[in-house]
Amino acid sequence: MSDAPDLVIDVRGLNKSFGALHAVKDFGIQVARGRICGFLGPNGAGKTTTLRMLCGLLTPDSGEGSVLGFDVMKQAREIKQRVGYMTQKFSLYEDLTIEQNLTFAARVHDLDRRKERVQAALERLGLVERRAQLAGNLSGGWKQRLALAVATLHEPDLLLLDEPTAGVDPEARRTFWDEIHAMSAEGMTVLVSTHYMDEAERCHEIAYIVGGRTLARGTADEVVDASGLITFHAEGPGADRLAAELRTKPGVEMAAPFGTVLHVSGRDRTALEAAIAPYRKPPLEWEETRPTLEDVFIQLIHDLEAEKRRAA
Amino acid sequence: MISLSRTWAVMAKEFIQLTRDRLTYAMILLLPIVQLLLFGYAINDDPRSLPTAVLVQDNGAFSRSILTALDNSGYFEITLQARSQAELDRALARGEVQFAVMIPADFTNRVVRGDRAQILVEADASDPSATSGAVAAIASLPQQALVRELTGPLANRAPGTQPFEVVVQRRYNPEAITAYNIVPGLLGVILSMTLVMMTSLGMARERERGTMESLLATPVRPLEVMVGKLTPYVLVGLTQATVILVMARLLFHVPMSGGWIALGLGLMLFIIGSLALGFLISTVARTQLQAMQMSFFYMLPSILLSGFMFPFRGMPEWAQIIGTAIPVTHFLRVVRGSLLKGVGIENAGPSLFALALFVLVVGTLAMLRYRTTLD
Repeated sequence: MSDAPDLVIDVRGLNKSFGALHAVKDFGIQVARGRICGFLGPNGAGKTTTLRMLCGLLTPDSGEGSVLGFDVMKQAREIKQRVGYMTQKFSLYEDLTIEQNLTFAARVHDLDRRKERVQAALERLGLVERRAQLAGNLSGGWKQRLALAVATLHEPDLLLLDEPTAGVDPEARRTFWDEIHAMSAEGMTVLVSTHYMDEAERCHEIAYIVGGRTLARGTADEVVDASGLITFHAEGPGADRLAAELRTKPGVEMAAPFGTVLHVSGRDRTALEAAIAPYRKPPLEWEETRPTLEDVFIQLIHDLEAEKRRAA
Repeated sequence: MISLSRTWAVMAKEFIQLTRDRLTYAMILLLPIVQLLLFGYAINDDPRSLPTAVLVQDNGAFSRSILTALDNSGYFEITLQARSQAELDRALARGEVQFAVMIPADFTNRVVRGDRAQILVEADASDPSATSGAVAAIASLPQQALVRELTGPLANRAPGTQPFEVVVQRRYNPEAITAYNIVPGLLGVILSMTLVMMTSLGMARERERGTMESLLATPVRPLEVMVGKLTPYVLVGLTQATVILVMARLLFHVPMSGGWIALGLGLMLFIIGSLALGFLISTVARTQLQAMQMSFFYMLPSILLSGFMFPFRGMPEWAQIIGTAIPVTHFLRVVRGSLLKGVGIENAGPSLFALALFVLVVGTLAMLRYRTTLD
């Protein structure tokens, strides 16, 4: 944990329920200025609810803290003025043109030099020629880039992105992330939820949450190191089919095929090596590797499930 | 081949979806029940007990008999004893009464002398159907009213002649042309139909399309959203009103006797009130379908209980109370008052006040209902 003094997000003990569903439980997070923080976790982990609370769209049932120095419980309006939020589902006006959507955002935020800003955004997007096209007719990748441009037109200090690249092709995703990094370099703080591990690795730091609880926090390297996980991978004919068999061995906490390669992980090196010893022979080639984030996350969920079983 | 299993699959799915949207389908059931009970009992196109003002200048015994006879006919209810012709005229112009009955000073004497005794009845015929029954009833007044009085020596008055004559004047729409009443009324109905429905879809559409989330994430304030969303429709309403009024004049030759200030004020208040109501509906409705149903739920009483289709005074009191809460009712009074009667702003006052009150109450409710969060 760094002791960064300039915290853009600093909240503790946030709770939110919808009827009987306790979506976010005692959630806390600190993000320093200019950082890109990846927000990871399985579906239903409370990521969207948390983002909505941070941008003033939902009022927390309880909790305390500040976003951009404003009280997260009471100053939703002030927060909304300085935050950019991009929803999970495309939520611009499909029956307005690209330019009209940008102009709407500029007016709603009461911006000065509207024409200039809209023009600049169009140029940055490379959509000057297509400014009169309806937003609804854009392809998925372009829609997301337009949504990003709309969400950042008022130059917010904090940008919240809810799975911004879901269903977008790899090239468009890369462009999208280049833009996010460029904005971060200019001092914008970004909190982005995602399911993609390569995107998690593009973040300065990540937070992995399950059921509204933070299970891992830090840079990608820190999270991997903190897991204490040791991973071997096996390559060769039939390697991927050994997963089910290996999973039952003591010392193997996780075995998962990635294509034709098998990842086997555990925290007890001696037990793990003993478990795979019978298989360490040709034609399989074994090699110790650094665990991936995905290995670590799957491990974290297994731990949580084991803990729940013990508690039950 | 038609597969029973496939048909069943679609059917079962539809039934399940039917039960998901409870509010919509509850309304489908409730709508006919409520409307049937409401309108089945409320509507009466032969209205009785119509408010009547009388000016009695004759102190004779016959005057009292005539008032009793009017009362007994069931069509007239004397609500005002006017003391001057001016008071009588004003009550009729304001629409406080449907009829004004004047019994002149020498009435009893003339009856006794058999000298062309007359009473004068003025009917507010701007809605011909509201008065036709009562006017017909007046025709039999001369034979019956004085049957008991005209005994003894008076019984031998010229046989076959009537003891007195009733002069009926239809005011405001002397030829009883239905279009004069319906066309101005249509102005209110058409305006509320388009304006309430169009705006009621507004927020529901944002919610359905997902744009609500983006909109709420911006610092925009409730009043800004409401004024911004409604202003374009004020123009729509004014355009519609102009078209309807021009056509009313050119095609139906509806008289336009003045009262333009009252009409303009009423029109603005009515348009804003209808839009505010649409906005209120749209903050309640979850989907566009629900918004449509709610607007429809509002439209039927606006047509049936406002005095547009059936005479307002023909309805039982409870239905009149409901009708009084509907802005169309007051707008119709303003429109008919200004076009047909040419009444000024002072006579349209109560209706204009009612419209302003509606705008205030509904606007406030809409603001209270509007949420700046997704909670």
